[in-house]
Amino acid sequence: MPDGSYAHPQQRQFNPYTENGGTILAIAGADFTVIAGDTRQSEGYSIQTRYAPKVFRLTDRAVLAVNGFAADGNMFVKKVKQRLEWYRHAHAKDMPLRAIARLIQTMLYAQRFFPYYVYNILGGIEEDGSGAVYSFDPVGSYEREACRAAGAAQSLVQPFLDNQIYFKNQQLPPGQTRPLHLSLSDVLSIVIDSFTSATERHIEVGDGLEIYVVLAKGRGPQGLEAVRGAQELTTNAEGDRVFIVRRELKKD
Amino acid sequence: MYRNTYDSDNTVFSPQGRLHQVEYALEAVKQGSAAVGLRSKTHAILLALKRSTGELASYQQKMYRIDDHVGIAIAGLTSDARVLSNFMRQQAMSSRMVFNRPIPVNRLVSSIADKAQVNTQEYGRRPYGVGFLVIGQDKTGPHLYEFAPSGNSYEYYAMSIGARSQSAKTYLEKHFESFADCTLEDLIRHGLHALRESLQQDKELTINNTSIGIAGPASVHEKDVPAGGSFRILEGEPVEVFLKSMVPKETAEAQAAEAPAAEAPPDGAAPAQAGDQDVSMAE
Repeated sequence: MPDGSYAHPQQRQFNPYTENGGTILAIAGADFTVIAGDTRQSEGYSIQTRYAPKVFRLTDRAVLAVNGFAADGNMFVKKVKQRLEWYRHAHAKDMPLRAIARLIQTMLYAQRFFPYYVYNILGGIEEDGSGAVYSFDPVGSYEREACRAAGAAQSLVQPFLDNQIYFKNQQLPPGQTRPLHLSLSDVLSIVIDSFTSATERHIEVGDGLEIYVVLAKGRGPQGLEAVRGAQELTTNAEGDRVFIVRRELKKD
Repeated sequence: MYRNTYDSDNTVFSPQGRLHQVEYALEAVKQGSAAVGLRSKTHAILLALKRSTGELASYQQKMYRIDDHVGIAIAGLTSDARVLSNFMRQQAMSSRMVFNRPIPVNRLVSSIADKAQVNTQEYGRRPYGVGFLVIGQDKTGPHLYEFAPSGNSYEYYAMSIGARSQSAKTYLEKHFESFADCTLEDLIRHGLHALRESLQQDKELTINNTSIGIAGPASVHEKDVPAGGSFRILEGEPVEVFLKSMVPKETAEAQAAEAPAAEAPPDGAAPAQAGDQDVSMAE
């Protein structure tokens, strides 16, 4: 670190990146996907703002969460949205989810030598109606998964998800079987508990929580009717549906 | 007489002060099938007649969506139309990215008008062979513009371009004063009547050859239109209900023949025109 001493050679350089904290998470169900992120944006020990969204609706079936360097994250989302608009102009329909995932890979790798410092998680409904989560590294390596957490509290949340979603390191009493798929209300509880717990123990997580729920076409609203404050964002009533749920998180 | 000697170079005026290449480009627009545009206080709409090469062929696309709030109908060279509409889409997207707001419609039309003008003044370049009717909604309400390859653009309450468009224009001139307070359904009905005037003998508007473009809130026959009303194109089945709302031709002719007799027309030449097709007006 340059410190003005004459003892050793020094150099200053502009650092184009910074870490803005926060955590994101996505879980895929049989016919739904949940994508969530806290709303705190910080730099070091300071809070820049208590409300900066990190999760964005791309289409009625795709939601993108971006975490890492906020300026890169916000710009990247804008560019993805532009590409989706060009697709709509050319084909008069929305891009399928796995095509969006591949597109994100090519957009990230195009900046291989000056990367977007962003961990992306794309969640939504596939063409076959199943819930899907795709997670990316900053240069475009990606994979479809059942669940993924990224960001500041990733190391706290991901093991919890491995235990609760994949049932890792859990042994059931003999004779009992695990359910094949989790219900939406179970998944929402896991998401909220992940964030309240991460907020307790990680300084960069807190203030607020935004949860996006994407339901496959034809799947009824069961699991959402009981949820306080759920708002629908769907634009086309004939297809998949997107909802948002907001919750408070501790501000300390 | 000198037309042929002064018409091969874009950059050469004729002795009469005309640029013949530009005028030939306007001819290309007149060869395209008709498109009609009209607006009210709340909506701006486009109606277009799609052409097909034969019974087995599909119908040529006449409308493009440029942005949520802007759409166009084309007449002329389709390839030139694609290139220009692509440019308009870039301009619209750039405006959203750079200024965080949808592009005002007049600004968008000016940008293609200026682009087209370049091709009328640079040596070796030919003018675009396509004209547009542009509709959109912005902060100042609904708008309709005509864009021509000469680089001219102008705002209208109602306008038509393409083959036999003068007949449609006659209908529009007769009725335009009532457009401002029309409902969307009535506006579309007027537009279809105007478009019908441009048809050749024995042809009629069908769900296959008619496109309707709408900017503004949903009509009673539409569902799934976002609040405020994004630009959308209706083709095929959804057009049927609007076609049915048209007054049948025979009744329309009879009404047109009666009405001028009941009012006192300022010029006595009005009566027979409304039912005739292919009327070329000498005003």
